[in-house]
Amino acid sequence: MKILVMVKQVPDTATRIRVGGDGASIASDGIKWVINPYDEFAIEEALQIRERLHGEVVVVSVGPQRVEEAIRQTLAMGVDRGVHVKTDVALDSYQAAAALAAVARQETFDLILTGKQAVDDDAAQVGPLMSVLLEVPQVTVVLKLSINPDTQRLIAERELEGAIEVVELPYPAVITAQRGLNEPRYPTLPNIMKAKKKEIRVELLESLGIDVVPKVRITALTEPPARPVAKILTGDPLEAAEQLVNLLHHEAKVL
Amino acid sequence: MGEQILVVLQQEAGKVRHVALEALSLAQHLRPGQVTALTFGPGSESARDVLGRYGADRLVSLNHEMFASYSSDGFAEAVRQVENMVEASAIIFPATAWGKDLAPRVAGLLEAGLASDCTEITSDADGRLVAIRPVYAGKAFATVHIDSPVQTFSIRPNIQSVKETNRSAEPLSCPIELSAESFQSKVVEVRTQATDAVELTEAEIIVSGGRGMKGPENFKLLDDLAQALGAAVGSSRPVADEGWVPHSYHIGQTGKVVSPNVYFAVGISGAIQHLAGISGSKYIVAINSDSEAPIFKAANYGIVGNLFDVVPSVTKAVLALKAEQ
Repeated sequence: MKILVMVKQVPDTATRIRVGGDGASIASDGIKWVINPYDEFAIEEALQIRERLHGEVVVVSVGPQRVEEAIRQTLAMGVDRGVHVKTDVALDSYQAAAALAAVARQETFDLILTGKQAVDDDAAQVGPLMSVLLEVPQVTVVLKLSINPDTQRLIAERELEGAIEVVELPYPAVITAQRGLNEPRYPTLPNIMKAKKKEIRVELLESLGIDVVPKVRITALTEPPARPVAKILTGDPLEAAEQLVNLLHHEAKVL
Repeated sequence: MGEQILVVLQQEAGKVRHVALEALSLAQHLRPGQVTALTFGPGSESARDVLGRYGADRLVSLNHEMFASYSSDGFAEAVRQVENMVEASAIIFPATAWGKDLAPRVAGLLEAGLASDCTEITSDADGRLVAIRPVYAGKAFATVHIDSPVQTFSIRPNIQSVKETNRSAEPLSCPIELSAESFQSKVVEVRTQATDAVELTEAEIIVSGGRGMKGPENFKLLDDLAQALGAAVGSSRPVADEGWVPHSYHIGQTGKVVSPNVYFAVGISGAIQHLAGISGSKYIVAINSDSEAPIFKAANYGIVGNLFDVVPSVTKAVLALKAEQ
């Protein structure tokens, strides 16, 4: 079983986002970069599948030099090797998917796992776009995955609004992971040591032949409007509760 | 027909989600008289009345049995074919679990740019559509231009106003050619969870609990308040991680991002990830014993006090108000 895990490096979710000088991207100084939390579920799932069915887990990530650290972390979790598609250019979802799909074609694969979305752009597009580009089926927002190597089929449970959908599909396929799929492991000291010796192959974005013109452009980035100072009620709980309900009814007109 | 908008909708036995009506009203506002709705599955024709009233000028009902259960690849290929026939310049999907799975697949097939989970779409001077969408779970908002010939969008539920008219949708037949190979990924079962619970991403009112609830048994207090309000119940991340409530309750940057009319944050201090997930709420009410908690800075209204006294009092006051109405 050859599994590719597509990983994005994103600002830690504790980061306060500030708009940068160009007014269309974030101010990147002082940001702590981490592996996209949903991608961690994808990595864990890949490692668990390898433990059951054997094979190889390869992480692929697109981005500047700093991305190497994220890849190294996945190697410390137990991933076998990494591919770093190096670029300083910010790509749109389609370009990122095209770059990852190009690597997937070189590598070949049985499964591609990734997070259901990255917590920076929240686009939730790269998984399905890769599956279109690679002409394989997809299942997204997966909470549970079972694999039948004899029939080369997957059964996945995915999260809907107030329901669970059970999806059956053949593989090779693209699967995007949702929280609840598993509990990602922490790197152990021996694995951190081993990770230092594992291979990270560098591929320059330019060598992959993807369209350099983005389809989607962000022309402005703004911070959300600040809320007016809150009306704070104190004192007797019953009186405060009555005042609150009164305000919600008469002032906010939402009850 | 080049300025058509195609609105792709999910229906079940003629019933559609509220966001479907939002998408149609928005499309009708952007391109009056140029809105084609597309629905799937047996019974999709019976949605014609309601879809017309809310903004569909034409309706394509793919009611063939092969569309009875969802298939991401099969449905995406069908949308591509309908798009080719209708020649719409824009496609709008609901940003539901269904739409978020389908929209990028369609965008990929059409080599079109997609703006996901938009909160606003407007028309610019050249007649192209421009979207605003939250990024970093709402810590910032991006203005997005899509340069591909066909522009695709998904819209977040609960944001757009709906407008009822006396329009009726004209049926439009679109012959689709699809083989069984186009349906590789297939839904074989849908298990509905808790029956009458309101879905968080679509709820008008949400009552949410954090560590201040002190234990899973105390969520009963929030259930009572939610019932009085007709609200959905959510939580902060730590209490979902502790297993006090299911993961599906978790609201925040790595959980659900919500946009209700009123959000009650009870015993939630207000970590930055949680505040991001609730920033789309019209009103935020904070109930917390710590007057210094960051949640009060994000709130419109707050009660500083012991939630175990305050919450039942609010429930009582809500019931009293409802009794008057």
